[in-house]
Amino acid sequence: MLRAKYKTGLVFFPAFDWAISPTHPEREERLLYTQDQVFEEGLFDIDGIQELKPDIVTIKDVQRVHFCVPDVEHVTTESHFISAGGAKRIGMAVLDKEIERGFALVRPPGHHAMRVVHGARGFCNVNIEAIMIEYLREAYNIDKVAIVDTDCHHGDGTQDIYWHDPYTLFISIHQDGRTLYPGSGFPNEMGGPNAVGATINIPLPPHTSEEGFLYVIKNVVLPILDDFKPDIIINSAGQDNHYSDPITNMNFSAQGYAALTSLLKPDIAVLEGGYSIEGALPYVNVGIILAMAGIDYSKVKEPNYDPDSIRQTPEITSYIKKLGEEILINWEQKGKIEEKIRGAKELDERDRNIFYDTDSLHEKQKETIRVCSDCSGAIRIDSSSDLGSHILAIHIPRKACRDCKGLGYKWYDTADASKYDMIFLQDRTENKYLTLIE
Amino acid sequence: MIKTKENSMIVGLDVGGTHTDVVLLGNEGLLKEIKVLTDSSDLYRTVLTGLEKLLEGVEPAKINRIVLSTTLTTNAIVQKKLPQVGMIVSSGPGIDPKFFCTNSHYFAVSGSIDHRGREIEPVDKNEIENISGILKNEGIRNIGVVSKFSVRNPSHELIINEILKDSFTKIFLGHQISGNLNFSRRIATTYLNAAVYPLHKEFFEAVNKSLKEKGLMVPIHILKADGGTMSFESSIDSPGRTILSGPAASVMGSIASAPDEEESLVLDIGGTTTDMAVLINRIPVLEPLGIRLGGYKTLIRSLETRSIGLGGDSVVKVEDGKINIGPERAGPAMAYGGPVPTPTDAFFVMKHIKNGDKKKSIEGLKSIAKGIGTSYENAAHEIVDQTCRKILEEAQDMINLINRKPVYTIHEIKEGYHVKPKKIIVLGGPAPHFAEYLEKLSGYKVSVAPRWKVANAIGAALARTTCEVTLFADTEQKIVAAPEERFSISVKEGFTKDDAVEKAFDLLKQKALQRGANIDDLEMEILEDLQFNMIRGFYTTGKNIRIKVQVKPGLIHEYESIAERLL
Ligand SMILES: [Zn+2]
Ligand SMILES: [Zn+2]
Repeated sequence: MLRAKYKTGLVFFPAFDWAISPTHPEREERLLYTQDQVFEEGLFDIDGIQELKPDIVTIKDVQRVHFCVPDVEHVTTESHFISAGGAKRIGMAVLDKEIERGFALVRPPGHHAMRVVHGARGFCNVNIEAIMIEYLREAYNIDKVAIVDTDCHHGDGTQDIYWHDPYTLFISIHQDGRTLYPGSGFPNEMGGPNAVGATINIPLPPHTSEEGFLYVIKNVVLPILDDFKPDIIINSAGQDNHYSDPITNMNFSAQGYAALTSLLKPDIAVLEGGYSIEGALPYVNVGIILAMAGIDYSKVKEPNYDPDSIRQTPEITSYIKKLGEEILINWEQKGKIEEKIRGAKELDERDRNIFYDTDSLHEKQKETIRVCSDCSGAIRIDSSSDLGSHILAIHIPRKACRDCKGLGYKWYDTADASKYDMIFLQDRTENKYLTLIE
Repeated sequence: MIKTKENSMIVGLDVGGTHTDVVLLGNEGLLKEIKVLTDSSDLYRTVLTGLEKLLEGVEPAKINRIVLSTTLTTNAIVQKKLPQVGMIVSSGPGIDPKFFCTNSHYFAVSGSIDHRGREIEPVDKNEIENISGILKNEGIRNIGVVSKFSVRNPSHELIINEILKDSFTKIFLGHQISGNLNFSRRIATTYLNAAVYPLHKEFFEAVNKSLKEKGLMVPIHILKADGGTMSFESSIDSPGRTILSGPAASVMGSIASAPDEEESLVLDIGGTTTDMAVLINRIPVLEPLGIRLGGYKTLIRSLETRSIGLGGDSVVKVEDGKINIGPERAGPAMAYGGPVPTPTDAFFVMKHIKNGDKKKSIEGLKSIAKGIGTSYENAAHEIVDQTCRKILEEAQDMINLINRKPVYTIHEIKEGYHVKPKKIIVLGGPAPHFAEYLEKLSGYKVSVAPRWKVANAIGAALARTTCEVTLFADTEQKIVAAPEERFSISVKEGFTKDDAVEKAFDLLKQKALQRGANIDDLEMEILEDLQFNMIRGFYTTGKNIRIKVQVKPGLIHEYESIAERLL
């Protein structure tokens, strides 16, 4: 008899009636063959694996994370509420101890969506992991969270949302940004002045295979997780590192993804990208589900799987080894680096140009943060897009100190309303989200 | 002699755990009802005795339909009295098929087919021939052959069948048993079919022969777990469908009195158990995949039912100062000479019931009352209350489960259809006693099914033939196929979902008629119709279409007038 070692919950929501556009990779058909494989394997019949129905998140759940311009309804569709709701349902089931582990096999994805949302980037509108995490922090007694993003693309949206948060460890393992969208995610991107080290980027060279990925997990990710001691571990489980993926250049496999999942032992996995819908997804997803449940996955292989043909070169192996050492050194020295970055600054600023490839939009952003040793720091974002909207967004973090909260309200109350189309306030201390419209 | 205007009498027979109920229906309604004790060690004798008693004084030529619901195959599976069969299973990548092992002669072989039905690895004919030799040596007569994704491409099962067919009595092929995806259930279902086949065949051939000798020349229909019937002839190729027809019989028996545009909960309260089901607009809710029985999860279509060990004859005792009811039964109620107090005895105390010894009931209840330190009247109340609450709780749990079923489109999530029955129909022996208390506790309108004592046999008699067809089209590969129906043709690019639905309905109609349906009863509906554009490299290369259609379970139209007369 087949029985799960870990009680595992699955939300399967393939959104069979939603696509970005008729021939876009993020289309109705994307999880069709995964469904075929999951159903044919009878995964939902296995003792200890149960299918859960997705929730639908509320507007407030989205506002807890994002500043949506002009509002949540304009930058989302129902599919996003359900996909984030799928992640939320899994998170709740884990924290309610209904299940030990869970996997939200949902679409559309979310890890390219940043804190401010003017439109869609990298097929993402809202960040479904962040919406889940912030809901869980609001509703349950959890504090420290680790997100390990194993999608082939840099999780730049999640990085942006947690850039200043020392309580959220964000580790992204992805194809080197010099060779792939979105072009970011280098080891020197380590987090803002209040959270140096809590962002970790591990850019792997094209054609990295099972050996390289598993090396990084064992020798870099696991030691750092041990050190950070998160309350929960979330895996942004993109599947586009697969050797057959049409839009990337990596050499990962179903066996590799399953082994990675066994090593990482995430409490919650959330599907991100992955567009080899026939050659990879059916097998990768079955592998991940079995690995999460602690069931033998040794026979889950792509029909054309040949480990020799996808093996990485010795050059890649030694490159990854060196990269790993560099990242571990950064982790050890994060305190010193933070001191250096902060200097005597009271406020820190960054200016950015953000491109929304899916919607062909440009955003200009000036972000100001209060350097603070007592909390994550109040944030003020001045943002405009080439759609013409100009907004001011103020974020008061979850565990804000009195000074940061005071500054946040001061920014909000004294803002020159005539300069902005809208002014947003996100007060996480009171779960309060306000919008002033000019 | 019972007379009726036309030759249109029907016989319904339902074998239960304790009793077997047999009814004779005609244009005037229920003409005759018989109860005989079930001898589970000799069901053939039970069935024949029931039919003989019913047909005493009835002219055989007047009977034009016989429907039987038996526990034959169910008992064999539950009691694990199954003969040896051979299983040949070809899996390809995925979960190791050793985990799906059903029996000792189980062989996992090479060969592999993918989700689109494309061959990945061929069958190794030598391997199959070797296994064939082993099975022959062991004296195995019946075989099940299952390959992964055979419902997309049955060729491997067919090749294996070709190699084996001259060496064995009967070979069951996975793709002919259900059109649904689910490899492990396909294995279990194929195994059960092969395993119950000899028993089923022998039994019904014997019944058929005996009936012919009595001058009953009409075809026999057999009730299935989905509340529909099939002809005896078609049951030979899928004897597994006869499993668990008992609960279906009762549910079908309640349909005649169910409201047209509402949802109702059906409670069949027997001596030992209570079976529950849900009707939506007089159509029973089906299990999404199939029966679970005796540790097997199957693809056998079935009503969504739940059975709990609580009924009118459940043993009532006191444990740790609390009343405990069921799940065991020690005999009838004390009022009817039984050994221990039961919920029925509680009713005897609380109400005025004829034909029983109320004194015995009071005696029994007094011992219970003593154990919990109250009067026997209070104890009776407590017992009835607890029994009804438990039944309603379980029913609510089943309804929640139906409502929790996942859906896969935004449209369905938004629609958010929720089952919320407003009416309860009770049937079974103690039904009328329970009705008023269930109504008080639930706040729903509770009615007792007409002819509640034999509603199960009436349900069997009036059930129509049902079946299902699963069809898929893959225009990139230029095929449309329904392997279960042995149907596969090539199609052109312009093939659409509408064409596919039309084809599926054609196949469904043929199948239903072949299984003994009346042309008037083909109430067909679409269960699933999905169409996907297949995009490869930013171009549309074809359409992937999935269709599922069924004949809805329900009562035969011809006898609507009979059904009305039962009310
Ligand atoms: Zn990606
Ligand atoms: Zn602060």
